[in-house]
Amino acid sequence: MKEYLDFEKPIRELEERITRLQKAGSKKQSVQDQIEKQTIRLNDLEIEIYGNLTPWQRSQIARHPQRPSISNYLELITQNFLELHGDRLFGDDRAIIGGFTQINEQPVMVIGQEKGKTLKERMQRNFGMPNPEGYRKALRLMKMAEKFKRPIITFIDTPGAYPGLEAEQRGQAEAIARNLLTMARLRVPIIAIITGEGGSGGALALGVADRVLILEHSIYSVISPEGCAAILWDDATKAAQAASALKLTAPELIKIGVVDEVISEPLGGAHRDVEATALHLQQTIQTQLRQISALPVETLLRERDEKFRRMGAIRQAHNSSHEKAST
Amino acid sequence: MGWFKRQKSAEDIEKSSKNLEGMWLKCNLCRAIIYAKEVERNQKVCPKCDYHFPFSVEERIAHLTDEQSFQEWDADIVPEDALEFVDTMSYSDRLLAAQKKTGKNEAIVSGQCTIDGHVLGIGIFNFRFMGGSMGSVVGEKICRAIDRSLDAKMPFLLITTSGGARMQEGALSLMQMAKTASALARFAEARLPFIVLLTDPTFGGVTASVAMLGDVILAEPKALIGFAGPRVIEQTIKQRLPDGFQRAEFLLEHGMIDRIVSRKNLKFEIHSLLQYVSP
Ligand SMILES: [Zn+2]
Repeated sequence: MKEYLDFEKPIRELEERITRLQKAGSKKQSVQDQIEKQTIRLNDLEIEIYGNLTPWQRSQIARHPQRPSISNYLELITQNFLELHGDRLFGDDRAIIGGFTQINEQPVMVIGQEKGKTLKERMQRNFGMPNPEGYRKALRLMKMAEKFKRPIITFIDTPGAYPGLEAEQRGQAEAIARNLLTMARLRVPIIAIITGEGGSGGALALGVADRVLILEHSIYSVISPEGCAAILWDDATKAAQAASALKLTAPELIKIGVVDEVISEPLGGAHRDVEATALHLQQTIQTQLRQISALPVETLLRERDEKFRRMGAIRQAHNSSHEKAST
Repeated sequence: MGWFKRQKSAEDIEKSSKNLEGMWLKCNLCRAIIYAKEVERNQKVCPKCDYHFPFSVEERIAHLTDEQSFQEWDADIVPEDALEFVDTMSYSDRLLAAQKKTGKNEAIVSGQCTIDGHVLGIGIFNFRFMGGSMGSVVGEKICRAIDRSLDAKMPFLLITTSGGARMQEGALSLMQMAKTASALARFAEARLPFIVLLTDPTFGGVTASVAMLGDVILAEPKALIGFAGPRVIEQTIKQRLPDGFQRAEFLLEHGMIDRIVSRKNLKFEIHSLLQYVSP
């Protein structure tokens, strides 16, 4: 069953109308003409709606229940996936999937959050919100990739790290921080792809990479639009406004230098043509991986550090009297 | 992340500090009414419950570093409103207000100092400047302080108090976590010591990056320290949180920090530690 978002209502109605006409099975020329006319209208409507998505609508697509995730991509563009479990410290967090696989015939380590597809799976996977053991499993696998000299590809899709009592007890903050520090110096190429929702620190914990790619309708943000609205507007219903203010969409993120490449999606989002999205993703990974694999390790590490170091909006004030006075 | 809704807000903390000028004040933690001068004489520590009231940056420098030894770095780096962020007020106006209120360009002061004769780099967060939130300038100043310490082969001490990443800088503020962690990774490769002192409160993106990456992590007694804010956690798990949750003592019990250090012992403890870890 196809699921529609609120702003897709006109598309849904038109699609249903066309289906009804087709089901009627009439061979009458007038009906056939009507179907053709409505199909053209549908195309125009889709271009109009999907071509002018607001940041909030994009956020909804990024979180679409049918949005393809790491599991889909593993199935469609990799071979011989060998899942590896557990952090060797506490448990196996099913919000994060990881293991060896082959992509374009190259062996790689793949790690990413999985929100789950059915309600049962979503609950098992904690809706893609990892606990510290998830990040520690990811860290273990990334270190293994380094040991066996395999590139790392991460798929990021999470509302955020789980804000739970036990997560705090077991050091959610430490687990995320440790990943940032370690990823900064891993001696193998790393590609991070935001495939859905890049929810703050819980996303970044898999995001320190040589190349950060983002699917066109994905979002990446310091806080969820709802969370931001609740704090700054004191009103969670102002999420749409917050989504605009946060500049969390792919085209905006490339402008501020947070991501390196936007991977285009089929009209209306990846879920409307999963195979096409996967293929496109595969080609992009291949190109990017070839580029960064060619670099000597020291260059790779230096460029990775410099890349993140450049991020930020600062200015040197010209009246540096303050500094001089105190030196 | 980060900017959680505190039961004890930034304004409350300020109110208590302001009331220090008056005769009496109410402790943020035990709610006891105490004679302000007594707290002042006691290094701004509550005599009833040992709660450590926030120090201003100046008070911290005076308390911890050797007299006249502090030399500030990078005071002239100022933030830009790259996102042209507007909520109920524009980010530019918020910055101006914070700068006016604190007399500082940003939410951290960094520099070089000596502590009992040990030379080291130091960074001190300022909660009064937009809740000590980490934006581009805070991230950059931490990175530059790490680089300067690295060049001089000296230890780096970071004293935190922060609501987390600065929302008004969007993903750019999130990236400061990666940027500072990357600088710390280079610092660690040079086998130079990084010491953290967590003070009340330290949350969100700051905890989940620099604050938890110290070789040695110290905390002031009763300081609230965490990733997610207590209200967000309560709403998520739909349970009341146990007493003392996310306090320094709770973190010590769960193995997340090395030591809880009272102000009266702080200088001596850091001195002892530096003797073990200095290059
Ligand atoms: Zn008290």
